[in-house]
Amino acid sequence: MKILICISKTPDTTAKIAFADNNTSFATDGVQWIINPYDEWYALVKAIELKEADPSIVLHLANVGGADTEPIIRKALALGGEEAFRVNTDNTDSFFVASQIAHLAKAGNYDLIFTGKETIDYNGASIGAMLSELLDVPFISHAVKLELNNNVATVTREIEGGEEINKLSLPAVISCQKGMAEQRIPNMKGIMGARSKPLHVSEPVEAAAYTSIVSFDLPPAKAGVKLIPADHPEELVRLLNEEAKAI
Amino acid sequence: MSVLIFVDIAEGKIKKASFEAANYGAAIANQMGTEAAAIVLGNCTEDLSMLGNYGISKVFHNTDSALNVFDAKVYAQAIADATEATTSNILIFSNTITGKALAPRVSVRLKAGLVSGAVALPDTSNGFVVRKSVFSGKAFASVAIQTDKKIISLNPNAFSITKSNNSATVETISLTIQPSTIELVSVNKITGDVPLGEADIVVSGGRGLKGPENWGLVTDLAQLLGAATACSRPVADIHWRPHHEHVGQTGLAIAPNLYIAIGISGAIQHLAGVNRSKTIVVINKDPEAPFFKAADYGIVGDAFEVVPKIIEAVKKLKGSV
Ligand SMILES: Cc1cc2nc3c(=O)[nH]c(=O)nc-3n(C[C@H](O)[C@H](O)[C@H](O)COP(=O)(O)OP(=O)(O)OC[C@H]3O[C@@H](n4cnc5c(N)ncnc54)[C@H](O)[C@@H]3O)c2cc1C
Repeated sequence: MKILICISKTPDTTAKIAFADNNTSFATDGVQWIINPYDEWYALVKAIELKEADPSIVLHLANVGGADTEPIIRKALALGGEEAFRVNTDNTDSFFVASQIAHLAKAGNYDLIFTGKETIDYNGASIGAMLSELLDVPFISHAVKLELNNNVATVTREIEGGEEINKLSLPAVISCQKGMAEQRIPNMKGIMGARSKPLHVSEPVEAAAYTSIVSFDLPPAKAGVKLIPADHPEELVRLLNEEAKAI
Repeated sequence: MSVLIFVDIAEGKIKKASFEAANYGAAIANQMGTEAAAIVLGNCTEDLSMLGNYGISKVFHNTDSALNVFDAKVYAQAIADATEATTSNILIFSNTITGKALAPRVSVRLKAGLVSGAVALPDTSNGFVVRKSVFSGKAFASVAIQTDKKIISLNPNAFSITKSNNSATVETISLTIQPSTIELVSVNKITGDVPLGEADIVVSGGRGLKGPENWGLVTDLAQLLGAATACSRPVADIHWRPHHEHVGQTGLAIAPNLYIAIGISGAIQHLAGVNRSKTIVVINKDPEAPFFKAADYGIVGDAFEVVPKIIEAVKKLKGSV
C-alpha cells in the first residue's frame, strides 16, 4: 500500500495579513510559514497512524512550491513522511497545481492520496477533487474517520448537519478534516532522521492555468463597538431588533 | 450560451444555500443578457417550478436511482454533461461540502476555470473577475477566470436573495449516469438543528462558560432566536461540544447575519472564521478581550448574569411581535 500526502505551505495562523506590490501579492515580511494545518494535523498524522498499524505502508509527500517550502517538507519528513517530491514552481492556479500532483501520482501508482480539506490561505478546497478527476478515481471530502481493510476504505465524512459513512475500493483521493487524527510534535529522532530522507525535486510539467489573481484587499474596519451596560441587557435586544434589524 | 446552477437536494428538499446560488446565477444571467437554468439531481419532494421565484427560467431534473447516493465522480459527470447539453458557459455551485466536492471535478472535466468561495457578482467590465474570500475571511482576492467556460461557487450567506412571482418550467433531462463507486453504509443526521454553515443567526460559546453543564445558556438563547449553535476550538477539543460546532480558521468559516459570542476571547484564529458575520455581539467579562475590537455591540459582564436577562428580553420581544 502506497499513500501520497499532499502538503502545502501557508502563513502561520497569527501572521499579519497585508499585501505588497500594489496589492497584487501577499506581504511575506516577517511571516512564519507552517504546513497547512489540515494537511499536517489530519492528513499526514492519519497516514502515519495507518503506517504504525501496518509498517508495510509507504508514505510519500507531494508539494508544489519553490525551494523556500523545503523547511516545511523537512518537518513533514520529521513527523513521519518517508520520501518527498517537490515540483519546483510557484503554486498559483489550482488546476495547474493539481496537474503537477496528478503527474507525480500517476508515476507513483498510489493506492490512497490524502489532502487537507482546504488551505487556510487561498481557501480553494479544490486540489483534492481536481486530482481525483484527473486520475479518474473516487473522491471523498471532509473525512473525519477512516479504516482500511485491504483494498477497501470505510470513511466517515462530514455532511451538512451530520455525518455519513461511505465504503469504497481504492485507489481514491480523500480530503481530511478535524477528527481524522490529532496534531503531533516531531521528536528529536524524527528531526535528525528527516535530514537524510530523500527529497526529490522536479521541474513542472506543461499545464494550463485557468485563473489568475488580479488583486487583494482587506475588509473594511468595523466602525467600533457600541457598549451596553451589563445591568441593561434588554437594551441590547432592543438595538438588535430596531437598529441592526438582526432579530 | 446561458448560466446553469447546480441546485443541491438534501432529503428531498432544496438546500437554503442553493436558493442563494440560484438567485446569484440569475443575477449573472441578467448581467450577461441571458437566461438562468437549474440542474437538479436525485429525487425532490418540492415543486421545482418555484425556483422561478429565484430567477430560474428552466429546471432540468434527472432522478436516476444511482443519484440517491452522493458520489462526486458520478455527479460531476452528470453535471458536466448537463452543462454541455444546455450549452451553458457559466456554472454556479454553492461553496458547501457538496459544492466543494463537485465544482473542482467539473472544472477539470469542462476545462473551466473555477473560483470557489465567491462573495460578490463577477465584474465583467474587463474580463471576468470574481471576488472571493481568502485567508479564512481575513481578506479578499479578485480572481480572473481565463477559460471560455467558467465556474463559480458562492459562499453561503454572501448574496442576499431577491424573490419574484415567476415560475420555472421543469423538464426531465437524460444524462450519462455511471454506476456509483461508493457504497453508503449509514447516515447520521443531527436533526432539528439549523445547519451551522447556512444559519442566519449563530449563538456561540467559549471557554468562559466553564463547562458543558452551562451550555443551556447558549442553546436556550439559540432556540429562542431560531439560531444554530457554535463554539470556539478549545471547547470542541475538550469535548464540551461536538467538533462540527467549532468555528474559526481551523474550523468552519461562517458569515451569518448575526453572531453572538459568549465567553469567547476573540483570538485571531477564531475571528478569522466569523468576522464576515454582518452583526457581531460579544459578551465577555474582560473589557480587554480582543473580541470587542471586532464587534458591533458588546456587553462587558458576567455571562451567567447577563445571558439569562437577554433570554428574558428576547422572550418579551417575541411575545409582543
Ligand atoms: C494554529 C491554530 C489554529 C487555531 N484555530 C482556531 C479556530 O479555528 N477557532 C478557535 O476558536 N480557536 C482557534 N485557535 C485557538 C485560539 O488561539 C484561542 O486559543 C481560542 O479561540 C480561545 O478560545 P476561547 O475564547 O473559548 O477561550 P479563552 O481564550 O480561554 O477565552 C475565554 C474568554 O471567556 C471570558 N470569560 C470567562 N468567564 C466569563 C464569564 N463568566 N462571563 C463572560 N465571559 C467570561 C474570558 O474573559 C475570556 O475572554 C487556534 C490556535 C492555533 C494555534
